[in-house]
Amino acid sequence: MNIRVGHLYPDYLNIYADRGNIAVLARRAALRGHALDIHAVGIGQEIDPDAFDLLYVGGGQDREQALVAPDLAAKSEALHVAHARGVAFLAVCGGYQLLGRGYRARDGSFLPGVGLFPHETVAGERRMIGDVLLECELAPGERRLLAGFENHAGRTILDSAAEPLGRVLFGYGNDGESGFEGCRLGRAIGTYLHGPLLPRNGWLADWLLSQALAHATGLQDPTLAPLEDVLEEAAFAVAADRARARGGGRRKRRLV
Amino acid sequence: MQVRLGIETGAARAIGAVSRAAGRGGGTTLPGKLVWKVDPGAVDALAGRLSSGVALVSGTNGKTTTTAMAAEILGTGHRLAWNRAGANLLSGIASALVSSSRADLGLFEVDEGALPEALERTRPRAVLLGNLFRDQLDRYGELEIVAERWRGALSRLPDDAVLVVNGDDPVVGELATRRPNALHFGLDDPRQGRSSLQHAADSKYCVRCGTPYDFAVAYVGHLGDYRCPSCGHARPPLDVRGCDIELSGLLASRFRLVAPAGELEVELALPGLYNVYNAVGAAALALALGATLSDVRAGLEQFNAAFGRFERITTGGKTIVLLLIKNPAGANEVVRTLETGVPPVLVVALNDEIADGQDVSWIWDVDFEPLLAHAGQVIATGTRAAELGLRLRYGGLAAEQLQVVPSLEQALDRGLGLVEAGTELVVLPTYTAMLALREVLVERGAVRPYWDGARP
Repeated sequence: MNIRVGHLYPDYLNIYADRGNIAVLARRAALRGHALDIHAVGIGQEIDPDAFDLLYVGGGQDREQALVAPDLAAKSEALHVAHARGVAFLAVCGGYQLLGRGYRARDGSFLPGVGLFPHETVAGERRMIGDVLLECELAPGERRLLAGFENHAGRTILDSAAEPLGRVLFGYGNDGESGFEGCRLGRAIGTYLHGPLLPRNGWLADWLLSQALAHATGLQDPTLAPLEDVLEEAAFAVAADRARARGGGRRKRRLV
Repeated sequence: MQVRLGIETGAARAIGAVSRAAGRGGGTTLPGKLVWKVDPGAVDALAGRLSSGVALVSGTNGKTTTTAMAAEILGTGHRLAWNRAGANLLSGIASALVSSSRADLGLFEVDEGALPEALERTRPRAVLLGNLFRDQLDRYGELEIVAERWRGALSRLPDDAVLVVNGDDPVVGELATRRPNALHFGLDDPRQGRSSLQHAADSKYCVRCGTPYDFAVAYVGHLGDYRCPSCGHARPPLDVRGCDIELSGLLASRFRLVAPAGELEVELALPGLYNVYNAVGAAALALALGATLSDVRAGLEQFNAAFGRFERITTGGKTIVLLLIKNPAGANEVVRTLETGVPPVLVVALNDEIADGQDVSWIWDVDFEPLLAHAGQVIATGTRAAELGLRLRYGGLAAEQLQVVPSLEQALDRGLGLVEAGTELVVLPTYTAMLALREVLVERGAVRPYWDGARP
């Protein structure tokens, strides 16, 4: 099966090794006999809502983010339609912020976003930097751990009905206070976690691939053969230990 | 004040000696930390006593090597206060000042984040700014934030100070506009350029209007000959240039230095285009401080390597080449010097201490692929060995070519076991891994400690 991936602004939004996430999706797909067909989508290019099974938006420095923000907002309608038709999304750091309703800067000005994720981001005083460990439950009863690294000054406030990606065990998360990290909306995932996120969290890569396959094939729950993730699990274990030992914001919350 | 300064510096010197005698990491910053804690103003006073003034060197990559090259050039005409061990925060500068009471010229590499305060306290005669690349984002923040802080600090630098900037870097070159005393250096040899920008290239967009630059040639990362097709912002004319560059694999390089004072051929005992940048920058700084062209040639040609930066260490009939890697731009250039020639046996070491960057995602922005395509056995080591192993596997390394050995010492021995006598083991460590590996080699008597200035 061909899985069609639209990678938004790879020239601008690539600061935290976003290409690592794409490489992981490609390899884990190939090991199951699927091909990842990756297309870069740049400034000024229109998005056909039916052209992709997975859309990826990475993070950038403030300057690069400001350069793409107006263009992304102009793609808003196509992105909403794609999501409603079952396209999977992964948005990291800046991409996660830009897919929300918008960003309130310190001077009070508001930079509108795509409005897909039910959240707003406000500029914060201090950066939240460090290793993070989350507990996720993307399917009822299936709890999985996710280890990544966060580095953001923006505080992202989820609407009360919004579903977070996970509960923060160690680290700051969306805003350093709520105890939640990221956002999940159907087949879309947004998160501050990089590292990059997917190499050491193979289960999440597989979850995204099966969402994309579901869109590509129309099957409800496509299954992927398990892989032997020896190095992946070793890398995860070290990253999780780092979050336990030195993840940010630990004095405020005392979760297990 | 004079009496107090004397007591402080005397006490600090004694502490440095005690710390070194106790074998505690060289004690390179301990005396400085003391002075710094007791009286930060002592740095101003000590710097103010230097009759030939102070020169500072900063930038993401090449600080230690550039400063060491400048020291080699300037050392014949001056007695230097120089932070040779790379302790480049204010406390490290304080230490160098304290331990060099007879110096007339201060020569200090400065951490990018510490530059504003160093400028204010040492009031330099000359400042060299080499380049800005994305680096340890968890520690320094975004490149633009560093540039903004530099801009603010440089606006308070007196007009008579000379600003020496890399004109090939759009952000760094722009810092010298409207300064009366500026020198631009760079490279001028399109044969050495890359045809396209690398994946991790920074500063691709015009610093004035945001349009993507056209690069006639890109040498290292985004350093090159750029022009904005929209507003016309372009590389400034270069005052000091490296031309006709010849790179000889892993061993050496040569180039022609063109400066206002004249031209000369330079043979460098160091490989890699990035070291030509370091040499041209060091030459420009030394010329600005009054060195002659023959000083420049002599200094550059007798320069070997700063510790851990292309340093060769021989043990048991085998040679280890240590090449520090710490961010994508620097690591890409190291890869470039290794991607031709004999397929190397490699030890790659990734630690995640504060000095390495706790965020290890940068390894995914390094273009390891050309190196892995022709490498022999590769040993991944360090505190994040498994993460690194994953990266290398994704870079195309076959499972049977990869060994993951977290212990640095065991990895080193495993690597040495794989190379034949008379051949080289190539070791690419991050900063704290480099210090730890060197420590192992010091214990084995193969090399001197890094803070020891005596030549081996």
